[in-house]
Amino acid sequence: MTDHAAFRGLGQAFRLASAAVLLTALTSISGPVIGWSKAYASPTATADKPSTEKQITGKKPGETADHSKFEILQQDFKSGPEVTKACLSCHTEAATQVHDSIHWKWEYDNEKTGQKLGKRYVINAFCGNVASNEARCTSCHAGYGWTDMRKDPPAAPEAVDCLVCHADTQYYKKFPAKAGLPITEPMDFNGKPFKVSNLIEAAQSVSLPQRDNCGACHYYGGGGDGVKHGDIDSSLNKPSKDLDVHMAADGGNMACSACHSGSGHVWPGSRYDMEAKPQARDDEGKKLPSFAMRRMNETASCESCHTDAPHQGKTLEAIKLNNHTDTVACQTCHIPEFARGGVATKMLWDWSTAGKLKDGKPFALKDDKGHPSYDSKKGDFIYEENVKPTYSWFNGQFTYVTDNDPVDTSKPVILNALGGSANDETARIWPFKLMHTKQPIDAESKKLVYMHLFGKDSDAFWKSFDWPNAIKAGQEYMGKDYSGKFEFIETRMWWPITHMVAPSDKAVQCEECHSKGGRLEGIEGVYIPGRDDMPLINWLGYGLIILTILGVAIHTIFRIATRKQRQH
Amino acid sequence: MTDIPSSTSSSGPSSGRSEELTIRPDVKKRAVKIYTRYERFWHWSQALLIFILAFSGFNLHGTLSLVPFPLAVMVHTYAAILLLVLWLFTTFWNFTTGQWRHYLPQNKGLFAVIKFYAYGIIMGAPHPYSKSLARKQNALQSLAYLTFMVIIGPALWLSGIAYLLYGLWETMQNSQQIFSLVAFVHTAAAFAMITFVVIHVYMTTTGKTVFHYIRTMITGYEKIELTPAEEAYLEEQQPDMLKANE
Repeated sequence: MTDHAAFRGLGQAFRLASAAVLLTALTSISGPVIGWSKAYASPTATADKPSTEKQITGKKPGETADHSKFEILQQDFKSGPEVTKACLSCHTEAATQVHDSIHWKWEYDNEKTGQKLGKRYVINAFCGNVASNEARCTSCHAGYGWTDMRKDPPAAPEAVDCLVCHADTQYYKKFPAKAGLPITEPMDFNGKPFKVSNLIEAAQSVSLPQRDNCGACHYYGGGGDGVKHGDIDSSLNKPSKDLDVHMAADGGNMACSACHSGSGHVWPGSRYDMEAKPQARDDEGKKLPSFAMRRMNETASCESCHTDAPHQGKTLEAIKLNNHTDTVACQTCHIPEFARGGVATKMLWDWSTAGKLKDGKPFALKDDKGHPSYDSKKGDFIYEENVKPTYSWFNGQFTYVTDNDPVDTSKPVILNALGGSANDETARIWPFKLMHTKQPIDAESKKLVYMHLFGKDSDAFWKSFDWPNAIKAGQEYMGKDYSGKFEFIETRMWWPITHMVAPSDKAVQCEECHSKGGRLEGIEGVYIPGRDDMPLINWLGYGLIILTILGVAIHTIFRIATRKQRQH
Repeated sequence: MTDIPSSTSSSGPSSGRSEELTIRPDVKKRAVKIYTRYERFWHWSQALLIFILAFSGFNLHGTLSLVPFPLAVMVHTYAAILLLVLWLFTTFWNFTTGQWRHYLPQNKGLFAVIKFYAYGIIMGAPHPYSKSLARKQNALQSLAYLTFMVIIGPALWLSGIAYLLYGLWETMQNSQQIFSLVAFVHTAAAFAMITFVVIHVYMTTTGKTVFHYIRTMITGYEKIELTPAEEAYLEEQQPDMLKANE
């Protein structure tokens, strides 16, 4: 008996010891879970930077030259081109470089699709076309005096506008209807006095472009603040960290060119040819030893800085999140909504209702949130804020509907069809703003037509509100055939969402996609746990379990029923 | 259904075995520790992990929503790693202790056991199989556990490891299709596992009393027939394996 007792004592000790071992093992394995928030640590957000006046760009400013001390900049400039002439006296190559850029040419040859794109050619789902509306649209050209899209921009070096990108925006602003020129004498636009530029101050204030320089045009695409992109509007001038971690003064405080970091006045990151799944390769396509080396590339991608394994730490969560980066673009999780900065974006534009007049006069209406809802010049709108993106596979390629392509009007026409699918190894799931528009086509040839909107002539729609004349004039201007009949059709346009990156704790949560009816409900070709049922296996599986339980229940009933019998 | 004689059944070689044995005077039933401490630890920790994995797994599958998705991912992954470690140890244990022999398939008596559970148990027939030291499990049990260990288990851990290591093969061609297949196999095997567990748990109620088998799995002791030689050996060499005679 004592032997047994001793043994039992030993057994007790062993049991305790094994429990302790198990517990230690458990805690050591689950330890990394505690490093939860570490997984999201961003390489840029850690250091506390002193607030600097200028935003951070890809290149460090030299700061060896104070332009206000330059004699040549102390003249009484009368016009923009005069300033440019002065700039070029030192920056000898600048005009040639600008002449080579998309900002100048408004032309993009897409080698992959063979399409000629760029503002000069594209008909989009907003104002449609630049052609025949030049002086209004080219107020955003990086130059002065481009008044005819059918011809190349003016060739004179001093036709380049240095100030729009480099001057302090408080001194310089291009007038909206003067083909890119600012005004130096008071003048009204749409009945309101427009900012008079101070060319001397402007010339002396130059620096590397700040966000409001780029924003002077890019915020206002489509004819107003935030109208076009949804993720680019004036709220990015002074964004909170919640709106954009990179651009916020207390975040990265980055200028646009910190990511769109190019050289020679050419910036990477055009929408016309994107890289939807950046690879660690150099410009020649050779594999780089590490993703960090992409920083040297002329590309604007999250991966350039954050690599394709951006969630840091060796925690299970970081590993799991990094497993997403081959199928899900960073933006898909990290930009939960666009138009978050208090500026609404246009989601729907119905040109077909434009031209209504009240007492013979054009009018405008606003919705209950104060956003424009109707304008005689433009038709009906829907503006929205805090919009959840639409998601799709995307390989970076858009195929546009050009003015030569007849369209199928039986369903909404996608003006820039997305390339890519689940089987495309260069594609990932991307967030988009999907623009809904009603715009005119030739009712017979079924091709998109040019709208002549702006101008002093009586054909311009914004003068006489006469669609037949406005379209006829647009087509004639471009020398296009026109049947004389037009109709309005539904179009759609995809706008990739890539700005307004939220802080990591505001990113899209797992369940928002890993659930039925979640954000990625319509995404095909990929198994998403929590969303996908696998109908066959579910039917068989649940069926098997139910049958088993049923069998067990029947068996039990039989056993209970015959128990009495068996006891005899 | 044919009429089954309720008592003195002597048809078939196996159905009469226990009866036959009880009338043999040299065979005694003794309470013997047939499940060692490790075996019980294996069983119960495995049971706990399987339940955790089933609930967290079907949480991920979308059937249940007991906990948030990321927590289910964590729980499922860590429980899976623990179970893999347990299975590695157990495989080692099974082979070093020779316990693996208990799981070898044996056709002898399989049909009799199936027949017993199909209606013998209802009609009050005795169990056709008697546990012995050399063979702790009946033929049906062996077959079921073997299925568990060589089909359901491996289907789960092979697909599970492939799923966990997705980052290593994500650049492969057709990785999305392979990923779907891996998820399919894993889910199918999980359904099979649950079916196994349902039947297994039900079978534990078919002992002398409803909790008899569960008690055995907790204490390790079961009354089995010992030959005089076995009894003498245990008395002499491993007295802790025997409960004192009442």
